[in-house]
Amino acid sequence: MIGLVHYLTVAAILFVIGVLGIFLNRRNVILMLMAIELLLLAVNINFVAFSAFLGDMKGQIFSMFVLTVAAAEAAIGLAILVIFFRRRGTIAVDAADRMRG
Amino acid sequence: MSYIAPILPEIIVGLGAIILMMVAAFVRRASLITHWAAIGILIAACFALIGAPQEAGRVFGGMFAADGFAAFGKVIIYLSAAVAIVAAHGWFDQDFEHGAEYPVLILLSSVGASVMVSATDLMMLYVGLELQSLSAYVLASYRRSDERSAEAGLKYFVLGALASGILLYGISLLYGFTGTTYFDGIAAAFRTDAGSIGLTFGLVFTLAGIAFKIAAVPFHMWTPDVYEGAPTPVTAFFASGPKIAALLLGTRVCLEAMGPATDAWRQIVIFAALASIFLGAVAAYGQTNIKRLLAYSSINNVGFVMIGIAAGGEGGGTSVLFYSAVYVVMTLGAFLCVLRMRDVDGRPVESLESLSGLSQTRPGLAAALAIFMFSLAGIPPLFGFWPKLMVFTAAVDAGLIALAVAGIIGTVVGAYYYIKIVKIMYFDAPVGEPYARVRAPVETALIALAAILVSPLGYLLIGPLGRLSANAASVF
Repeated sequence: MIGLVHYLTVAAILFVIGVLGIFLNRRNVILMLMAIELLLLAVNINFVAFSAFLGDMKGQIFSMFVLTVAAAEAAIGLAILVIFFRRRGTIAVDAADRMRG
Repeated sequence: MSYIAPILPEIIVGLGAIILMMVAAFVRRASLITHWAAIGILIAACFALIGAPQEAGRVFGGMFAADGFAAFGKVIIYLSAAVAIVAAHGWFDQDFEHGAEYPVLILLSSVGASVMVSATDLMMLYVGLELQSLSAYVLASYRRSDERSAEAGLKYFVLGALASGILLYGISLLYGFTGTTYFDGIAAAFRTDAGSIGLTFGLVFTLAGIAFKIAAVPFHMWTPDVYEGAPTPVTAFFASGPKIAALLLGTRVCLEAMGPATDAWRQIVIFAALASIFLGAVAAYGQTNIKRLLAYSSINNVGFVMIGIAAGGEGGGTSVLFYSAVYVVMTLGAFLCVLRMRDVDGRPVESLESLSGLSQTRPGLAAALAIFMFSLAGIPPLFGFWPKLMVFTAAVDAGLIALAVAGIIGTVVGAYYYIKIVKIMYFDAPVGEPYARVRAPVETALIALAAILVSPLGYLLIGPLGRLSANAASVF
């Protein structure tokens, strides 16, 4: 029997993979965008699982909001990436070094 | 009961933004129109706030609070947005192709920020925060031709999205373990079982996400880079409106939603406050870029506001509001002065070295900047001293004497670099050519107004501003 804990575990694992994807990845920024998407989808699993478990619709409605915002976020992220690529000719993470820190 | 009146300011700014977007798209050379129309819209929204019923309370089934606390925050947000637009007008004229969309983005970001300060529901909080952040990412990379601007936008976006993810994960846990997204429902759940591990995790993740948005240590890494890379008017906006919105949002989340779990979040907030104060003070020492230095200054100041949050209750809330109002005036004043730093060709100059001898070449600008620096440092005859005193008093009243003492030590450490700027301006010999003169009467008037407000004359405001912030904080 698959219960709430299983869903939460999957979501937690996906979330950790997403965070590691942002911090360990040194190759390119597209991977970072994918990792961000993974974070938001992990949260969605959480919301839907809680919603089904509690018998409350609000979690599912929230996950719709998250999906919408994730789409807008991806669009803006890619647009900024295009600007960056035009100036620098690369999308390597290490290329973002014009300023210290 | 009418649903329109409590959200009238948001409707005005939101609809205005959409109309101006159409104007920007279809009218040639629309930048002058959109800039001044946007300022008009923001001022109209401020008047709508005055007209709004003070006791409107909760609307939309309790998701949105149109109370005094929110109104106080919204006035700060709208006015700082208006200043950011005024500042941009001169900047973009001289610098590059004029952006008619700039005021639209500022307006959209302001709508998001004002939803944030009114949110009493996690869903509303998330939507407001994202609207504010998404517009802010675009604003940070607004100068497309500048490498640093694109890089700032990219860094802000990636780290901001990570913070949103962390915040959202915390929200999902809070929802799952309390069964509700309303702040009062969450408070009731904290009252019955405060020790639950799921709730504690939710609380920590949510606070971490908010700490990122207000740039509190240890989630401050993005701040210096974004502040340096973003166009200066945008940096001025980041350091004022959205930052205050996130601070007030954090105040409401801590005091209202997590009020019964004060013991759980207080130590986190105290750690973040002290870490911000000391890191903001120490890391600013080696900086040579004035915008990076002001970034660390904003980290440092956020720490003091968080002392007010840690103190909690009505006293803490009052000090948070008072500090925010004065901080915004000082910071915007300082950034307006930075906007005046231009070389003979009109290009912006950002190095601290270029300020040397400013008292001889541009005595008025040097005096204004000196007033803002002394005020940010919290040196007594200036108004910046009073909010710091209020914050420490609130902490002492809440029994957090050690925190207040540590905060005062932090003030002294931080005073070094503010005074260093004054020393460079007044005691160093001029190097290089003096700044070009910029004709911008509105900006000059704003700098003068800000300088007068934070000068000792500002003490006349203690009564009215104190009453306003105490009224606004009476919701806690």
